This record gives sequence, structure tokens and C-alpha cells, in this order.
Amino acid sequence: MLVFILKRLFNAAMVMLAVAFLAFLIFRAAGDPVEIMANDQMSIEDKEALRDSLGLNDSFVTQYLRFVGNAARGDFGISYRNGQKVLGLIADRFPATMELVLVATILSLVIGIPLGVLTAIHRGRWHAEALQFVSIIGVSLPSFVVGILLILVFSVILGIAPAFGRGEVVDLGWWSTGLLTPSGRAALVLPAISLSLYQITLIMRLVRAEMMEVMRSDFVKFARARGVPRWRIQFRHALKNCLMPVITMTAMNVGALIAFALITETVFQWPGMGMLFIQAVTFLDIPVMAAYLCIISFIFVTLNTVVDIAYAVIDPRLRHATR
Amino acid sequence: MPSPVSRDTVASAKPAQPIARPSRFARLRQSDLWYSFTHNKPAMIAAAVLLLVVLAAFSAPWIAPQDTYDPAQLSLWNSELPPIWMDEGQMPFLLGTDTQGRDMLSAILYGSRISILIGIASVILSLTVGLTAGLVAGYFGGITDNVLMRFGDILLSIPTILIAILVSALAMQALPPDLREVGAAAVLVLAIALSGWVQYARLVRAQTTVERGKEYVQAAQLLKVPARRIMVSHILPNTLTPIMVAATLNFGLAILTEATLSFLGIGMPPSQPSLGTLIRLGNQFLFSGIWWVVLFPVLQLCLIVVSVNVLGDWLRDALNPKLR
Repeated sequence: MLVFILKRLFNAAMVMLAVAFLAFLIFRAAGDPVEIMANDQMSIEDKEALRDSLGLNDSFVTQYLRFVGNAARGDFGISYRNGQKVLGLIADRFPATMELVLVATILSLVIGIPLGVLTAIHRGRWHAEALQFVSIIGVSLPSFVVGILLILVFSVILGIAPAFGRGEVVDLGWWSTGLLTPSGRAALVLPAISLSLYQITLIMRLVRAEMMEVMRSDFVKFARARGVPRWRIQFRHALKNCLMPVITMTAMNVGALIAFALITETVFQWPGMGMLFIQAVTFLDIPVMAAYLCIISFIFVTLNTVVDIAYAVIDPRLRHATR
Repeated sequence: MPSPVSRDTVASAKPAQPIARPSRFARLRQSDLWYSFTHNKPAMIAAAVLLLVVLAAFSAPWIAPQDTYDPAQLSLWNSELPPIWMDEGQMPFLLGTDTQGRDMLSAILYGSRISILIGIASVILSLTVGLTAGLVAGYFGGITDNVLMRFGDILLSIPTILIAILVSALAMQALPPDLREVGAAAVLVLAIALSGWVQYARLVRAQTTVERGKEYVQAAQLLKVPARRIMVSHILPNTLTPIMVAATLNFGLAILTEATLSFLGIGMPPSQPSLGTLIRLGNQFLFSGIWWVVLFPVLQLCLIVVSVNVLGDWLRDALNPKLR
């Protein structure tokens, strides 16, 4: 068991090193940062001093190792665009993205699971088939299209929900939350729905597939033979056995949701990490791009590793199945 | 593309007695796949819609009322006209015009052509890379296998949309400015294909490791058939069934990724807009009441992707031996 956990952790560390290498390559690929930062008044000596202070005159390997060392301590340097510390910039935006992702995840579970059960137990009836077809459309709609359509209907035509910004926020220490004010909650509604729609359809289809399989199993037949009421079989016996993969997928997808939030954030002008990243991309603000890539991948890899280990703790058969 | 019924490829070794073989078309008509297709209404509708959209997009130069690449044809007198069925609508602008006087119908036709072309090209590129990597990794095993698959693992541990954004932003920067307009499509194809090949490689590798041990491969090896030939003409046809489903669904995904990148402003430039670029341009006017500049490109994009996904869903069920 210990060997398995160590192997998993080692794997995760290797992936993170590779991601850091990619992030480091971005620096090399984007050309000379001094030329981007410098203004017209700077002399060649000034530029050279700046180059030295940024450590750009060292060897490739030294620069990479220093990058990894700094990144591990959370130091991603200063933004090319406004000279502020990158980690501070991202920390400012972190709560906005996490609140959006959290609410979207809760929404997708609360809506997706009942819909999945419904389409499974009412299979063949017209409303279940209609829902199933709608779910294909839900998977096909890109999230920016969902956002635009929501804005068009609820903000432009009906005028009942704000289309951009985060509303009023309250500072709780280093965390700023929009959940405590009415305008903050109102601003969260459309972005959260738009981000969760894809997730809702995924969970719905997963629950449906799992339910249909479980309902065919022996213990369900036995429960039916014992005369347990139908709804009780469906919601107590069968649903319980479907939840494990649903929880796994939800946990693993939080990382993907944070990444996809950048599209939702752009549509709704939501001041989160994703918008920071897109602005950094258009300005070629490399330190911010690299830091975002590393942080998102870190969350992604951590979640996957934790889920893997948790699975192995619960189900011993998996310990030997994976190398 | 090989014939849709991959099982037949195995049976097509020359028989001892020359028998008149039915034509490809006749074999297709008799296949299970064709039967399942003609008995599945959503799949048939989706195929018809897709065919229509693709035909319209590729005949854009002949049927579009306006050549959207030619700035001389745009006139600001015609700007912000609503669709034809509204009071101020004018012929020949069936779906209205944008703020530059660009005919929306023409822009959508040309835009769909770009979107579909980028989708097809990136699927072909990732298929080529993925099939090669999967075959080589599965057939030879060992270090080649380890290196290729670890590399794929690392790519998969970063969200694909991030890879696409980073690659296209950096590659666009690396291009000389006068090539950026022309090279944009190629950069997008590369950015999308870069993370797309891993899935094919994994599917093919898994199947290849199974096929490698079978008698027909051993027989070919004893006959000193070159490894490349064994991989391509003996093993590959037996791995194609899951690949076809993945490729169909990934075609839709590629069109979506391209649209997303263009929407974020790091895809096709406004001078040769794809559907995503049109949506981005239209989105700026969402609150000024000219809804048609954003709604029609959105609908076209959804139409394409929904019909591709319906087809992919049907194909997955039709080819799944468990559901037969």
C-alpha cells in the first residue's frame, strides 16, 4: 500500500516537473522579455542591468532549476505588464474563480443526479427521451455560446440578471466573497449556470448509464422479490451504488472546470484567474501565463492523485492493477 | 477513410476460386452498419443536415450573395440591416448585415467553410500522428512505448484548452507579422491536433498489443513481411472500429475548440473570420439591439456540432458489440 502511494506521488511529481518545463519553455519561446518591458528612454546599459537582474544571462539548466525552485516556493516573478508580483495578482483573483467553480459543481450535482435517475427509470417514455436528446445538445454547445445565449435572454431581453462583473464583494481576510451580498449572488447566477451546463449533462448521462446497469443486477431483483417498494429500490439501493463514479468524476473535473472557467469569465467579464490569464495571453505577459499553467496543472494533478489513492484505499484490487 | 465495415477488410484476402465480388457500394448496402443507419431517424436527419451545411459552405463562392474577402464589395450604406423578414430588411441581405455592411449569410457560409476545414485538417493530423505513435508503441513496446505514452500522459495532465491557447498564442507570436493572417489557420490546426493525438494513440496501442500476439501476425513475421507492412496493412485495419467513433466525436470537438479560440481572440483574424470570430465580433454588439450578428453564427455553429455529435453517438452504439 505504501509502495503504491509513493509510486503515485512520484508520478505526480514527474508530471509537475514536465509541466514546469513546458512553462519554462514558454519563456524561451516568447522572445526577449527585456524588449517587451523596456521603454524608449532606456539605454543599452539599463537594458543590460535589467537583463542581469532577471537572470537572463545564465545557462539554460540554471534558469530552469531556478524557475522550478522559485515556483515551488510560490515565487513566479513579477508581471511584465504592471510590475506587480504574479502570485499576488493570482491570489487576488483566486476566490472569484473558486466561488464560481464551487457553485457550478454544486449546481451540476443537484440538477444532474435527479435528471439522470429520471431518464434511467423512465426510459422509453417521451419526457426521458426528450431529456436525453437535450443532453446531446448540452454536450454540443460550447460554453461561450451558452453564456451569450443566457445574456441575450436574461439580460438583454428580460433584463432580470446582471450580465457582467461580480457585484458587491465582502472581504473576509484574504478571501473576497460575493456570496454575502444580494448583488454578488445575482451576478453569480448566469456564469454559474453557464459553467455547470456541460457538467450537468455529463453527470446526467453517467448516472443514467450506471442506473440502467445497476437496475439489472441481482441484488435489485432480490429486493424486488422481497417486496421493497419501487421508489425505495431506485433511490436507496440503486442510486447509492451509482454515486461512487459520479463523485470520482466530479472531483476529477473540478480541475477541468477551473480551466474552462476562463471562457465563462471572458464572456461575463468575471474578474477571476481565467480573465487574468486571457489578458496575459493578449499582452504576452509570460510570467502570469506560466504561473497560471503551473497552478492549474498542480490542482489538476493533485486531484487526480488523491482520487487514485482514495480508490486504492477503498478497493484493494486496484493496487496491483496499475503500475 | 477505409470502407466503413472494417471486418470485411480481413475477409477480403483473395479466395482460391475467383468469385465475382460485390462492389463496394453493394457491400455497404448489405452491411449491418447501413441497416442500423437507415433505422435510426436522428442519425439520418443529422447526416442530411450535415451534408447540406457542408455542401453550402463549400459552394460559398458560387452561392453567397457577397464575397466577404473583398472589402470593395462592402458598403457602409448597407450596415446594420436587420434580416429580410423584418421591416427594414433589404434584398439580397437575407440574414441582415453587420456594422461593416457585411452580409451575414455570406459571412456565415465562408466562416463555416473555414471552421469545417480546420476541423477536418486537425482530425487528419492528429489521426496520422496518433495512429503512427500507437502502432509503433504497441508493436515494438519497450522504451519507445514508454517514452511515447509518458509524453501522452503529460499532455493529458494539462487541460486541453490550455494547451491549445498557449500553443496558438505563442506560435502566432513566433510567425513574422505579414504571415500571421495566412498562417493563422495552420497554427490553429497544430494547436488543436497537439493534444488530440493522444486518445487515438492509446486506443490503437491497446489493440495493437493484443493483435501482436495473434497467429496471423506471427505468420506474417515468419514470412519476413517488413514490420511497417505488418503494422499498416495487417494490424491497423483491426484497430479502426473505436478510432472511427473517436474521430467523429473529435471532429465536432475540434470545431468547438477552434470556435472557442477564435472567440477568445487568439484564433482566426477578423479579415477571414471563422464562425468563432463572427461570434466574437457580434458579441460586442449584444446590447445594441443588433442581435442577428451574433445569433445566426451561434445557430450555425450549434447546428454543425449537434449533428456531428448525434452521428457520433449513433456510430458508437452501432459499432458496440455489446449492444448488438
